[in-house]
Amino acid sequence: MAFAAFSNDKPAKDNSAQRKSGPVVLALLMPGLIYLLLFFMTPLISLVITSLESPDPSGAIGSYFNDVNFSNYATVAVDYLPQILRSFGYAFAATVFALIISYPVAYFIGVKLRSRPLTQRLMLTLVIAPFFISFLLRTIAWKQLLSDDSGFVHLLHSMGALAPTQFFLGTDAAVIFGLTYNFIPFMTLPLFTNLERLDVRLLEAGSDLYASPRHIFTKVTLPLSMPGIISGTLLTFIPIAGDYVNASRDFLGSSKTSMIGTMVEADYLQNLNYPSASALSVLLMGVILALVTLYVRRSGTEDLL
Amino acid sequence: MRRFSIGRYVLPVYSLLALVFLLIPIVYTIIFSFNDSKRSNTVWEGFTLTHWVNVCSRQDVCEALNNSIFIGLVSTVFATILGTALAIALVRYSFKARSLVSLSLFLPMATPEVVMGAGLAGLFFNIGFAPGMVTTIIAHIMFCLSFVVVTVKARVQTLDPTLEEAGADLYANPRQVFTKITLPLLMPGIVSAALLSFALSFDDFIITYFNSGAVSTFPKYIYVAASRGVPAEANVIASAVFLLAIVIVLATQIRGALKRAKFAKVK
Amino acid sequence: MADNTKVAGADLELIDIRKDFPGFTALDDMDLHIPAGQFFALLGPSGCGKTTTLRIVAGLETPTQGQVLIGGKDVTNTKPHERPVNTVFQSYALFPHMTVLENIEFGLRQRKISDYEKLAKDALSLVELSHLGDRRPQQLSGGQQQRVALARALVNRPSLLLLDEPLGALDLKLRRQMQIELKAIQLEVGLTFLHVTHDQEEAMDMADIVAVMNKGRIEQMGAPEVLYDRPKTAFVSKFLGQSNLFIGEVVEKNATSVSIEVGGNKITVAKKRAEKHTGKIAIGVRPEKADFHESKPKLSADHIVVGPGEIIDIRFTGVSNQYLIDIPNVGEVTVFAQNIGKSPETELGAKVWVSWKIEHSYGLADLPDGTEEA
Repeated sequence: MAFAAFSNDKPAKDNSAQRKSGPVVLALLMPGLIYLLLFFMTPLISLVITSLESPDPSGAIGSYFNDVNFSNYATVAVDYLPQILRSFGYAFAATVFALIISYPVAYFIGVKLRSRPLTQRLMLTLVIAPFFISFLLRTIAWKQLLSDDSGFVHLLHSMGALAPTQFFLGTDAAVIFGLTYNFIPFMTLPLFTNLERLDVRLLEAGSDLYASPRHIFTKVTLPLSMPGIISGTLLTFIPIAGDYVNASRDFLGSSKTSMIGTMVEADYLQNLNYPSASALSVLLMGVILALVTLYVRRSGTEDLL
Repeated sequence: MRRFSIGRYVLPVYSLLALVFLLIPIVYTIIFSFNDSKRSNTVWEGFTLTHWVNVCSRQDVCEALNNSIFIGLVSTVFATILGTALAIALVRYSFKARSLVSLSLFLPMATPEVVMGAGLAGLFFNIGFAPGMVTTIIAHIMFCLSFVVVTVKARVQTLDPTLEEAGADLYANPRQVFTKITLPLLMPGIVSAALLSFALSFDDFIITYFNSGAVSTFPKYIYVAASRGVPAEANVIASAVFLLAIVIVLATQIRGALKRAKFAKVK
Repeated sequence: MADNTKVAGADLELIDIRKDFPGFTALDDMDLHIPAGQFFALLGPSGCGKTTTLRIVAGLETPTQGQVLIGGKDVTNTKPHERPVNTVFQSYALFPHMTVLENIEFGLRQRKISDYEKLAKDALSLVELSHLGDRRPQQLSGGQQQRVALARALVNRPSLLLLDEPLGALDLKLRRQMQIELKAIQLEVGLTFLHVTHDQEEAMDMADIVAVMNKGRIEQMGAPEVLYDRPKTAFVSKFLGQSNLFIGEVVEKNATSVSIEVGGNKITVAKKRAEKHTGKIAIGVRPEKADFHESKPKLSADHIVVGPGEIIDIRFTGVSNQYLIDIPNVGEVTVFAQNIGKSPETELGAKVWVSWKIEHSYGLADLPDGTEEA
């Protein structure tokens, strides 16, 4: 969807009536689909299976046996409730901020710059430029720029916004800031793709029919850009919910800002508590599948890709 | 009512500020690649080019870089081939399960990296496959696949099927039609997909962290180094990659603009 | 090394073709025979199945049922790249990633013809575009692209050349010019052309034989003058030119003619120009064959007079004046009067009678849509 933003071509007329059939299709589909089955579906199933395992009677760390033990989910839901709530809370906040920040930019580039395609493409390149630098380094840059002895924190202290013993890093705000920053391009691109195709004449018609600029926005532009908003929201909310780098102690967070991902990593790679990690992952995946289902119910599958 | 209004400038100024905001960490990273630091690269100590000149004086950084490049190249090749085939099938052919296939290709893009990382790690563990280079590449191909499909699909949709019919009409058999007509016309899309795939693979952290075992990649190196201090050499590499990417993108844009000017309508 | 000389033109035969698509049948009961070396036009409105027919001949579609024979050989199951047929597509379908010359060379190179470059250059000069060989198709105007598409097909000297509404995108003047050029080329090279179009003037002007298609089958086929002078179905009478149709029960029959009665008027048609001789039939006459008179005319027995009626519309189109006359219990009748200087002092509302010669009447095999059957 969003990546089509970079193609300058318009799609050819709807070719659905001219689609071919034949054995070639299988040759084209099979390798990719088999790969998908083996390395995407199977791991998901494997996660579910692992999430139902029980600890080995021997008590050895990291050993479990196959079982149908739903208690892992109960444990995870209770023990990790703070992380779960925090993850979705951060994701919600960051998504909203990203939307508010990105929409005007996407509107500007997609609608106002249509008459200057070169400038348009230049600005679009700048929007995705952050992608070209490792996101870990981007986050570290903010960590330095917002660190305890940075100019930014000094400013907040002198303004009285922060108490002298308080700092910025390690707070919920810092994590949300980092998440918002890192995922702005994910929100901007789908918005841009949608707004770029907005028919300006509809806005002119609204004006012709006595609507004020505010009304034109709320009654014409906003509803028409809804598909872009929804797909941008999905593409932002979902990855943020699973992120844990921004919230990590070594980056913008602290031990008090841990998210679902932090716990999955800890359980899986450090505590070797595979069932717990898997149950948590399955829980997260479940919520996401619910969101995607809602979206598909509303808009169908043709526009997904 | 004056025609001139402040409102006209609000949007452009805001957008410019937003872009500046987006670029701050990039500028920071590039600047600090010139920092004359010994161990931790957090305080500015002076301008130097040593890190640029002796990028690989720290072997671990370059080893990570080499691994990332290798993994990126291999995953890109496979993901591009598999993905292109899928994209062509989805656009050009009718078959029964297309909704299901579309959905199955969308899900990996919607799956959080922790879930995919943990899942794949679990799978490899269960079948007794030790994490290492092979598992990393397998994982990378997996998450790049959907993005390749999306990118190539957009390009296939712009391809006029009549062109392929014309090829057949002019005595080209199906294989020749593919190699002489379809593939050349799809190439820009395939190249974009490959670049995207490489970029995703190069920058990936979470999935790699779960599945690479002892293999060091560039993002992994940075993550581990984050607690003690990331050396300036890493900044150098990241800056170089960034500049290279910008150059490639700008070159493509300029080339496109030149081509359009050259092939302008003739009388 | 293959040879590019081929027998000029082959004949085409479609036998009992049927083509089903999911949800509808595009062609049913299609039979067609085009003799070699003819310029054949397949004429019909959009959706009538003419493009489907073309694609079946090209091999781009397979018929659900029936056979395709080219030069006597059954090619029904041969792939398009194996048929001695070339197509000029409606959208030209020029390969954007190749130069004009490379486009034209394409078919020759696929067939491994050795002097492809020279032959391509010859074809390019045939369509008068020799100076544009190195350009890309996108740089050419619509008319130039059309000529390249034509050269690309012609250079292969196919037994049968298919043209899918190739002039549709051109402006009027260019279209007229291309029509003349296409016809000249066809005569010069001696190939069989199958030209698909919805423009009846184009078909009548260029073709040796015209077939009018409607809803998946051929309604009538023959030389353009014959089709125009004696349409056999209501559709053909309306599609090819304009028609005045009169519907009524046959009330009189003699050795040579058949008559119906409409609103008190007797309308007669010669038996050899009528498809149906009994029951409820439709008789028609072309507007340019009819006259109108301000008083009831006294004419010889080989004329038909209907009226009186009232002129309800007059249109001045330069070459002729078109009068629409409403005759009670008969209907609206159109009359074209050639503008030769003696403009009648007729006004809207004038009371007139319409007449024409019986030999210009034609009797249709069916009734127009919407008429109740007898």
